[in-house]
Amino acid sequence: MQDRPESETTTDERHSSRVSFEVNGTHRELTLDNRTTLLDTLRERLGLIGAKKGCDHGQCGSCTVLLDGRRVKSCLVFAVTLDGRSVLTVEGLAGPDELSPLQAAFVAHDAFQCGYCTPGQLCSARGMLDEVARGWPSAVTDDLTTPAELTDAEIRERMAGNLCRCAAYPHIVAAVRETAATT
Amino acid sequence: MRPFRYHRPADVAEAVAVLAAEPQAAYLAGGTNLVDLMKLGVQRPDLLVDVTRLPLDAVAELPDGGLRIGATVPNSDLAAHPVVRRDYPVLARALLAAASGQLRNVATTGGNLLQRTRCVYFQDTGKACNKREPGSGCAARHGQNRDLAVLDWSEQCVATHPSDLAVALAALDAVVEVHEAGGARDVPLAALHRSPGEHPERETTLARGALITAVRLPALPAARRSTYLKVRDRASFAFAVGSVAAVLDLDGDVVRDVRLAYGAVAHRPWRAYRAEDELRGRPFSPELAARAADAELAEARPLRHNGFKLPLTRAITVRALTELAEGTPS
Repeated sequence: MQDRPESETTTDERHSSRVSFEVNGTHRELTLDNRTTLLDTLRERLGLIGAKKGCDHGQCGSCTVLLDGRRVKSCLVFAVTLDGRSVLTVEGLAGPDELSPLQAAFVAHDAFQCGYCTPGQLCSARGMLDEVARGWPSAVTDDLTTPAELTDAEIRERMAGNLCRCAAYPHIVAAVRETAATT
Repeated sequence: MRPFRYHRPADVAEAVAVLAAEPQAAYLAGGTNLVDLMKLGVQRPDLLVDVTRLPLDAVAELPDGGLRIGATVPNSDLAAHPVVRRDYPVLARALLAAASGQLRNVATTGGNLLQRTRCVYFQDTGKACNKREPGSGCAARHGQNRDLAVLDWSEQCVATHPSDLAVALAALDAVVEVHEAGGARDVPLAALHRSPGEHPERETTLARGALITAVRLPALPAARRSTYLKVRDRASFAFAVGSVAAVLDLDGDVVRDVRLAYGAVAHRPWRAYRAEDELRGRPFSPELAARAADAELAEARPLRHNGFKLPLTRAITVRALTELAEGTPS
């Protein structure tokens, strides 16, 4: 999508900023009203509509993306803070005509119904599996001093920041479990 | 949302100087609370001073055995730190019981301590709230107050402090390093947050524009036997309706030392000194733990909908200490 004329999106120089960052491997440079969240930047300025606006208050997880490799809620990040940083959205998890192993597992396990929360679930699961690989504990990890085994209880706790109103949770857990076991 | 200017300071001194010169400026760290409150119109800064790129993100072991945690260390990194997991499990457990993975990845140590109450009336600009708008009244005092305070509240405010981290830090006698316009100083965590009293809009003892730069944990070998127990309305990703941070040091079956702090009961993290006094020097038993909790809660004044918090806090005190005494913390 073309960057819109600046006059449409900024009314006041003091309250807007030039921001330069990377999205899915592509360098982006935009002038943004400082109030613009990363989520709105992706959806309204860059045409990347994978990340979804569910609650817009950090409670539902459907806007989850990876920021410098860490899963975050893009509705609570002002894009003006992102100079020099790197964002990965659901559109960047695999090439345009392929599925990542995680995405393939979501399809194989029917891990969604309406699909609205799915981009957030995928990005969150991607970040969560990296956290497990780094040996991070969770609230249900019994022994904090050894790396946790990724049980179903661990998957559910670690994915607690992503709601699914269709309640596809058992299939999401199955897809994440299979991905963890095979990659 | 009100338009705001954005500034990234070069160092701590510049950040503090900018805040001193700009009466409506606010620091931006992880933003997990502030950005939301700006969307809700509860906070309306005209300048955000972004402190996330200041060099405050290190966790360092101190020569005396303690730990110095930079103010911008994310909650997730702190919970995963090997020294925290080994020497201060109460801290790791408190962090892991809070928020969600995505939020812990950006929420910072300093920001967590300065987060605002989740009282629904504070977050709703259509309701009276002395904390948000001094003198406007308190819609919570006789409203839906199930989630609110049972200790130390005032007619002006019945809000609770929402942090889990702060409760663990209160139990550990942490010290907060602060930079203000006049220079640097140390503030004991127990003295960081205020009672609501007549001025619930003043939540901490820090001067306006003060910047938290680090939190220091003293060496506390007993904290290897410690835990954090949190009760929520759902299994995960919710604020506490009751919580306890507990450190227990036994000599045989006698309590040599104990640290207890409660969450979700007051306007600040509640260090339970009276309960500790009841426990110290006595042979441990679940009955003793219950008596200790009752001593702490003797001056509680439950509101219309939150009387359950007293037996709840008593029960989690007994459970946390008994599990520590038996060597089976959950």
